[in-house]
Amino acid sequence: MSTGNRPLSPHLQIYKPQITSVLSILHRMTGVGLAVGALMLVYWLNAAAYGPEAFERAQSFLAHWFGRLLLFGWTWALFFHLCNGIRHMFWDAGLGLELPQVRATGWFVYIASIVLTFLAWAAGYGMLGGS
Amino acid sequence: MSLRSDLGRVRGLGSAKDGTAHWWAQRVTAVALIPLSIWFIYSAVTLVGIDRAGFKEWLNAPGSILLMSLFVIALFHHMQLGLQVVVEDYVHTERNKIVLLVLNKLTAVFLAVSSIIALIKVAFGG
Repeated sequence: MSTGNRPLSPHLQIYKPQITSVLSILHRMTGVGLAVGALMLVYWLNAAAYGPEAFERAQSFLAHWFGRLLLFGWTWALFFHLCNGIRHMFWDAGLGLELPQVRATGWFVYIASIVLTFLAWAAGYGMLGGS
Repeated sequence: MSLRSDLGRVRGLGSAKDGTAHWWAQRVTAVALIPLSIWFIYSAVTLVGIDRAGFKEWLNAPGSILLMSLFVIALFHHMQLGLQVVVEDYVHTERNKIVLLVLNKLTAVFLAVSSIIALIKVAFGG
């Protein structure tokens, strides 16, 4: 097909970031980030299959500050992708497509993802007895 | 040379060269992942700091291995579909694109099967 020399739309940097565009790219970025997190899940499950020592190593890596930082990021990414994914399903059903609604649900999803992340981590630290 | 017009040849075809099957599969796996991922986060919180014996005990509790298996199947199917779109959007060299799309599919199947075998080993092994 002849596609040469067609005009291109302006580059992304031209536009002022808006809640709509930022959440759109965040949905993709959290998706890719979660794919990396899925690799960690596979490693963790296989460590458990390999034996107690291997599982202990996996657990101590995740308990390390760097492991916790990764888990915290994946927790937020999962909550965000989950909440924004539900937002996408409402759009698929033809609901909430007016711009003011799109902006409102966008901010709601963003704030909900942060609140849920902190709630999950508070519960997690509760399991550890605060250590 | 084809006598069909450019528009006629591409009509109904996305960049993946098929119709709505991909779109639907992405939605169906997403619907499955809503309850499964909420259950997974809840479980992960209860498993914080657990040792292998505790993990095995949890896996043998009713529902755990079933829901974990369903979770990894839905997760890796959904991951494959999502990463496919990312590759199609950003990789414009035909050869690289096809290599990445094939690798993406094979890796997703490998990861899903590897996870389920690991779950079976922990649950039923020593």
